[in-house]
Amino acid sequence: MTSNNTVPANVIDFINLEADLLDHKSYEDWLQLWTDDGLYIVPVDTQETDFANTVNFAYDDAEMRRLRTARLSGGESVSSVALDKTVRSVSRFRLLEETETSVRVRCAMTLNEVRAGRLLTYPGDVEFELVKDAQGLRIRKKVVRLLHAGSHLATVAFIF
Amino acid sequence: MTQVNLSKGQGVDVGNLVQEDKVHKDLYSDPHIFEAEMDRIFTKTWVWVAHESEIPDVGSYKTSFVGNHPVIVSRDRKKNIHVLLNRCRHRGATVCEKKHGTTRAFTCPYHGWGYSLDGELRALPKPEEYEGLFDKKDLPLQSLRTESYRGLIFATFNNDIEPLEDFLGGAKKWIDLFMKQSGGFPLKVLGDHRFRFEGNWKIQLENTTDAYHFPIVHKSFISSLDDQTSDIFDFLDGAGYVEDLGNGHSVMVMIPELVDLEANLDEPIPNRFKELAEELAKEGLSDMEVRRLVRAATGSGFNLNLFPNLACSMAFFRVLRPVSVNETEIHHIAIGGEGAPAAFNQKRIRLHEHFQGPMGFGTPDDSEGWERVQRGSVAGKDGWILVNRGMGKLIKREDGNVAGAVCSETGMRAAYRKYKKMMTANEAE
Repeated sequence: MTSNNTVPANVIDFINLEADLLDHKSYEDWLQLWTDDGLYIVPVDTQETDFANTVNFAYDDAEMRRLRTARLSGGESVSSVALDKTVRSVSRFRLLEETETSVRVRCAMTLNEVRAGRLLTYPGDVEFELVKDAQGLRIRKKVVRLLHAGSHLATVAFIF
Repeated sequence: MTQVNLSKGQGVDVGNLVQEDKVHKDLYSDPHIFEAEMDRIFTKTWVWVAHESEIPDVGSYKTSFVGNHPVIVSRDRKKNIHVLLNRCRHRGATVCEKKHGTTRAFTCPYHGWGYSLDGELRALPKPEEYEGLFDKKDLPLQSLRTESYRGLIFATFNNDIEPLEDFLGGAKKWIDLFMKQSGGFPLKVLGDHRFRFEGNWKIQLENTTDAYHFPIVHKSFISSLDDQTSDIFDFLDGAGYVEDLGNGHSVMVMIPELVDLEANLDEPIPNRFKELAEELAKEGLSDMEVRRLVRAATGSGFNLNLFPNLACSMAFFRVLRPVSVNETEIHHIAIGGEGAPAAFNQKRIRLHEHFQGPMGFGTPDDSEGWERVQRGSVAGKDGWILVNRGMGKLIKREDGNVAGAVCSETGMRAAYRKYKKMMTANEAE
């Protein structure tokens, strides 16, 4: 392997922006970050690569992302209403692959929330596949591998 | 007020806490009652541990629980199924910690005692120090009585209990119907969602036959459906019902037209399955094969609640495990067809993800409701949980069982009747 790990600054800026939009429930803006064929995936098995044929916590195409954000912000879901906010940080960026039209990056994420008066923490690895187009960067794939995906999670009323 | 002496060591009398129309709030929050439940229910009856497809081959195993006892479900070299206590006979360490896998033997990591797939103690390091003390054949992993019905594996500590099929009784015909949803292929577990909630296990048990909550708690799920599908889920005013099947089991029929997934195959294909139908047709399946798979993909129109820990719930298995009086783990197990077209299993997985699990559009709101019950029910010095809904309008179904409206609490009363019977058995001892 090479020790070269120069992650383009605009990629880090973009991932930070995405994290901030989610923490502040700016879901309409978040939906705009995606390509039409983009997939948002939170696998149950962090070793899995065939997401289409296995059970995931989330496997969202554009339509499911729209429905998920509508559910989280629509006021009809009692678990979503109960959530105040999340605070997450993303760091430890690594460039996995870059071409003229796309870039793959992995980073660490730690998300915190307060549920029923108790602080809960969700650490995980996040892998982004971003495409470069005329408007800048767009997400084609985001895979969130939670550290404790294999154990028993509690209610998740937010987007990782 | 019901006075019950629940101090430890003096026994637990729940007879007065469970009445036909209500149950006392202590059933959710008293740790002594919980301990008594683990003893009087979970070690006395049949408890579901696995589906046969989870241990398909020689050497396959899955770890599971019978109440709070960790067990291994294994398949030996003759393909026989065993349910073994996951506890080394030497010093008590677990001999297996993985969710599932394949192995030739279970070896204790502490001192290296090795057990075969049927639990027999085969080898241990430096055996000479045990000379004259015991024979290896006397110290196998403890094996529980194990029986299966339609691929559902149950185990019990109780060697005197009736055969599994007698225990299931009136529920068997509903299990048979439920198994039709693999579309003519052998039913197969496709994966699961695991989550926990801070509440008593019976709150979840009740929920599986609680249609009353559906349009309220799951409003956001219903809003995420197309109009045609949301009409199907608008079942509270329909012809559905909840039937007491005896032995604590019950069935809640929400969508009567989806009770038999092999009937009415000539009905129009619902909009949300048109894409699947086209894909299956492209693969060369006949019109009838396509229709059979599409109808199976919708899942059954009922929830079958099997006391105490399994539900065959529309399109998945719901398994509960009591962890403590106020903590419960739930597995939502996705199922499909072994060897079925990939598009069919994919569709079933996507539908599962839509509602189930900690990120589903349904489960988190259920969980929120259950935790509210746990937190709120402790209020006041005395208090009761009502389970009397629909009691005044009971009918008899064709099998001779009592039934109430789809949004009645007939299923909860069925479960609590069995619960009371088990919790008050042998009180004279």
